[in-house]
Amino acid sequence: MTDSKYFTTTKKGEIFEMKGELNSEKKEKKREAVKKVIASMTVGKDVSALFPDVVNCMQTDNLELKKLVYLYLMNYAKSQPDMAIMAVNTFVKDCEDPNPLIRALAVRTMGCIRVDKITEYLCEPLRKCLKDEDPYVRKTAAVCVAKLYDINAQLVEDQGFLDALRDLLSDSNPMVVANAVAALSEINEASGHPVIEMNSQTINKLLTALNECTEWGQVFILDFLANYNPKDDREAQSICERVTPRLAHANAAVVLSAVKVCMKLMEMMVSDSDYCSTLTKKLAPPLVTLLSSEPEVQYVALRNINLIVQKRPDILKHEMKVFFVKYNDPIYVKLEKLDIMIRLATQANIAQVLAELKEYATEVDVDFVRKSVRAIGRCAIKVEQSAERCVSTLLDLIQTKVNYVVQEAVVVIKDIFRKYPNKYESIISTLCENLDTLDEPEARASMIWIIGEYAERIDNADELLESFLDAFHDENTQVQLALLTAIVKLFLKRPTETQELVQQVLSLATQLCTCRSGGGAEDEKLDSPPLPQPTSVIPSQDSLIGDLLSLDMGPTQPTQPAPSSQGQAVQSTASMDLLGGGFDYLLGPSESPVPQQQQAFGGDAGLLGDIFGVGPGSGASAGFYVPPKQMWLPAAKGKGLEITGTFSRRGGQIVMDVTISNKAMQPMEGFAIQLNKNSFGLVPAAPLNIPHAINPNQSTDASMVLNTNGPVQKMDPLTNIQVAIKNIVDVFYFACIIPIHVFFTEDGQMDKRVFLATWKDIPAQNEVQYTLSNMMLGADTTVLDAVSNKLQQNNIFTIAKRNVEGQDMLYQSLKLTNGIWVLTELKIAPGNPNYTIYMTLRFHMQMLSLKSRASEVAPTVYQAFETILRQQ
Amino acid sequence: MIGGLFIYNHKGEVLISRVFRDDIGRNAVDAFRVNVIHARQQVRSPVTNIARTSFFHIKRGNIWLAAVTKQNGNAAMVFEFLLKMVEVMQSYFGKISEDNIKNNFVLIYELLDEILDFGYAQNTDVGILKTFITQQGIKGTQSRQEQTQITSQVTGKITHRREGIKYRRNELFLDAIEYVNLLMSPQGQILSAHVAGKVVMKSYLSGMPECKFGINDKIVLDNKGKTTTDDPSRSGKMSIAIDDCQFHQCVKLSKFESEHSISFIPPDGEFELMRYRTTKDISLPFRIIPLVREVGRTKMEVKVVLKSNFKPTLLAQKIEVRIPTPLNTSGVQLICMKGKAKYKSSENAIVWKIKRMGGMKESQISAEIELLQTNDKKKWTRPPISMNFEVPFAPSGLKVRYLKVFEPKLNYSDHDVIKWVRYIGRSGLYETRC
Repeated sequence: MTDSKYFTTTKKGEIFEMKGELNSEKKEKKREAVKKVIASMTVGKDVSALFPDVVNCMQTDNLELKKLVYLYLMNYAKSQPDMAIMAVNTFVKDCEDPNPLIRALAVRTMGCIRVDKITEYLCEPLRKCLKDEDPYVRKTAAVCVAKLYDINAQLVEDQGFLDALRDLLSDSNPMVVANAVAALSEINEASGHPVIEMNSQTINKLLTALNECTEWGQVFILDFLANYNPKDDREAQSICERVTPRLAHANAAVVLSAVKVCMKLMEMMVSDSDYCSTLTKKLAPPLVTLLSSEPEVQYVALRNINLIVQKRPDILKHEMKVFFVKYNDPIYVKLEKLDIMIRLATQANIAQVLAELKEYATEVDVDFVRKSVRAIGRCAIKVEQSAERCVSTLLDLIQTKVNYVVQEAVVVIKDIFRKYPNKYESIISTLCENLDTLDEPEARASMIWIIGEYAERIDNADELLESFLDAFHDENTQVQLALLTAIVKLFLKRPTETQELVQQVLSLATQLCTCRSGGGAEDEKLDSPPLPQPTSVIPSQDSLIGDLLSLDMGPTQPTQPAPSSQGQAVQSTASMDLLGGGFDYLLGPSESPVPQQQQAFGGDAGLLGDIFGVGPGSGASAGFYVPPKQMWLPAAKGKGLEITGTFSRRGGQIVMDVTISNKAMQPMEGFAIQLNKNSFGLVPAAPLNIPHAINPNQSTDASMVLNTNGPVQKMDPLTNIQVAIKNIVDVFYFACIIPIHVFFTEDGQMDKRVFLATWKDIPAQNEVQYTLSNMMLGADTTVLDAVSNKLQQNNIFTIAKRNVEGQDMLYQSLKLTNGIWVLTELKIAPGNPNYTIYMTLRFHMQMLSLKSRASEVAPTVYQAFETILRQQ
Repeated sequence: MIGGLFIYNHKGEVLISRVFRDDIGRNAVDAFRVNVIHARQQVRSPVTNIARTSFFHIKRGNIWLAAVTKQNGNAAMVFEFLLKMVEVMQSYFGKISEDNIKNNFVLIYELLDEILDFGYAQNTDVGILKTFITQQGIKGTQSRQEQTQITSQVTGKITHRREGIKYRRNELFLDAIEYVNLLMSPQGQILSAHVAGKVVMKSYLSGMPECKFGINDKIVLDNKGKTTTDDPSRSGKMSIAIDDCQFHQCVKLSKFESEHSISFIPPDGEFELMRYRTTKDISLPFRIIPLVREVGRTKMEVKVVLKSNFKPTLLAQKIEVRIPTPLNTSGVQLICMKGKAKYKSSENAIVWKIKRMGGMKESQISAEIELLQTNDKKKWTRPPISMNFEVPFAPSGLKVRYLKVFEPKLNYSDHDVIKWVRYIGRSGLYETRC
């Protein structure tokens, strides 16, 4: 008997005919008719008109017919809610059936009929089934709770089904436990508030069930375990021990979920402990084995491995070879493998990797070839020792004259030039030969950048650049900008010959500007590169996998920028953020990613920034010395983000003043600043507030109030502050020196007698002496006042003045935010023409919060005095 | 989890459609058809995102299976489930084809109802499913006892074997099947080599037998060597280092982890007991030495030497060497010492077949390839020479040491069981670059 005939009936009046058959007396005919209805339903025909007739067939002892009718009901009940009620009685009756298979079938189907009216009738049978004697019915009922929650969450909570579900976690049957876990996880996610408390007792129960349930049940349980945060590393270790046997399971999903749990728990453990290193060793072989599974599973495994090697490169560092691409791997597997190869490339295996990459660059698939060429460039940047070989490999590839290979090679060679300036310029002539074949904007822009950068070595640089000018208006913005910068660079190097060229490009560029601004806002929108999309609630492919192994989510999930010219670099950093545990983690020893896609004009932008960025911070209390803004993050290092800044003290608080400039081509937003632990416990009191996106070539001033109650870690030098700043593009790091006098507090004036006593008490090793010579302090009579005035404005308070043997003595006190008192004695000797000040500093460290000796603090305090006093 | 599951034919017509969740509408069915099945270019990923919905698909012949979800699901599990579903369907009605699916659509719906509840995979063991879902429709007249027996099996601790199996002759077959994978450089340097092996067991045993399986795994033998002062030279040579192994659901993994012993209660009939992977000390059965010379723009000479490298008493079978030729080949002249060789223009390759070949032998083929003049600038990139073969030994060196059977309730002992062991070495991806 074949069923395919049901698919072929396309006669007119078919529905009517089926209706007749459904109401037939003969059982056999009835069943045939229902099958026909289901077949029509599958191919998308509307057979809802038959609803009452089909429901009439429900009352039957024939299980097969019953299942078919149920299938129909699940599809159409929603469109015919009133009639669906007709079916309720049968369901309720079936839930009492002596046959457990029928009881389960009824409760399973009822949950799938998503009609509000029915759900009320569902509650009683469901409650019974949750306590059914047969585990088959219980496991079906467990899932049914999740179904019901999806329809009516309030009902589930009111009826106490959640408690029943929690009870099922202790069920004697492992499959019931597994389904209960699955249901609870789903409800947990949907409800937004935890519906189940995960304590070590529950976890223990689950771990026991893990050994006995089906492979799928194991996945449910493992995925649930991955959300558990153990109390301490001992508990983490004991869970790990019970999870690791799963790594030998034949089902890849079980293996990957077990890996996920282990990765998560390893976070809890001391990373160099013995257990951790054995665990690391245990994880590698199963991951490698996954690469011999079906290609689709391989793909998922590779996506996960890509994240794992970023988090823990050690795990697979010896397994490079297994990621070599096979000739008949599907393209998606090839591309993922390539990515992982680059991540695993080190000095030790680079030769092998390069040989492979060269092999790949001659394959058929264009995407794959391009990525391989790009990979060669990334190798050069990652492993310095290999740069030369990479460059020669790239040159070989350029000789093949395959158009897209050449273009891709030019792009990566530009990156190599940026990373290793003035090293490989001998190849420029070869590159110039291929100038005509470049038709992609990125390749053209790269080539133009190279010409501009090395203009002095290219005799006909002006001619080459001029050739691009003819079609200036047709070029992509990226190319236009590159051209503009390159010609300006050329002009700076050879001003006499190229003046005309510069004028030409400037006039072309300004023409462009005027017509753009005339075009109004809409035009601008069209021109600006696509903005990153907001993080979607729905998993993009990346977050799907990322979540599967959400190893350690940072506080903010990075938005995935729309595919743009930024391509590679953005992608790699985005996935890195997936792994990163916020800034603190990133501030650690991990190297920051090499900027690969800096804007071509980055270098020059820095120069301009220097000119405009200087200027005292505004609003500081009068007389308080605020150093000029320093260049903290040049645009070249910040992918177009440039930061200058300084510190001051206003209203008793330390304030960080920054000027943020956008030298890139796309708007920047989503700024956040974080400070690494530092000597004075500086932390932001409030997050950096930059309300608007900063558009290209705009800058914004911002101030951030800092507290000194953060964690303390001694830095070298003491006043060094490491800062991380984030925007949508990336996370950047820089260090700056904070002037110590912003830590001098307003209550630093010591009582005279206390001063005297303290001065005497301080032991000799806490005393340091300095000489400030050649000080211009003004007229004789007012010297002392001028000095003490200046110092007082910076919270250095004069306690007493004396004149000893014709020399003026000033006694002063100041207090640092961390409670250190510094007492000073200034002996001011008139000189010719200027003064010399002999300084004695005594440190009173009542609160030794800073575990340093006086000799370490002293130089910075001395410098503060000097800069304040030399200030006119 | 999985929100819906669809099966399409090559035209994109829906053969099976099952939706579990409200967020997946009928338009999802069409979205996949339009964006993936009817897409112009080759499929670039098994996961496709369309309108915030993720489609996971696999393809078997002309048939597409797609699972759909709007949630952040476990991707590996979805694919494993789809693969498992294919396996289940195959064991019910053979090849996955449009006809077979149409012929069995009621059965497929019934199976789906059982193995996937609200998108959560349930028991997918074929043996158990077959006890209560059959192609002939459901047995309407199950006794009360039978019914509870079914449910206890579906949910029981041992979900892969039913009770009360009886055989007059207790017998078991073990096949160690190994796939040797090799990538060799033209100079004969091994770029990568590994063996992917599996042990397939066919068991015809009565009752609920507990089995213990032992192989010459280095870890086990080394541990023993320490305690019983075994001859070190023997264990060193005879044992193999297994990189990784995976076991069938029936194997007690925690016991393997703690004692390194493989113990299990086997399902009835055929199943894959374990899979393993080795990379060390692989004996490569064949070696290919290629020699390619390009004589001008219109002619190429290829000489390939094939050496067998195993005991002379053994015979390899089904040997096939595939030598790729350029796309602009116009004619090929072949001379081979042994077997038959043919140029297949449709496959762009010379296929050299040898029925049997003993160990430690050598044979060679030489070919003159004539090429058409082309103005295609791109150089022909030589794909690697690949080969297929089958040899009657395990290239990894794996040996089955024992398989003990205990059935405490029935009165047969380990000695009464008839056991058969066979080793087969096959080529996986066995390539030599040229």
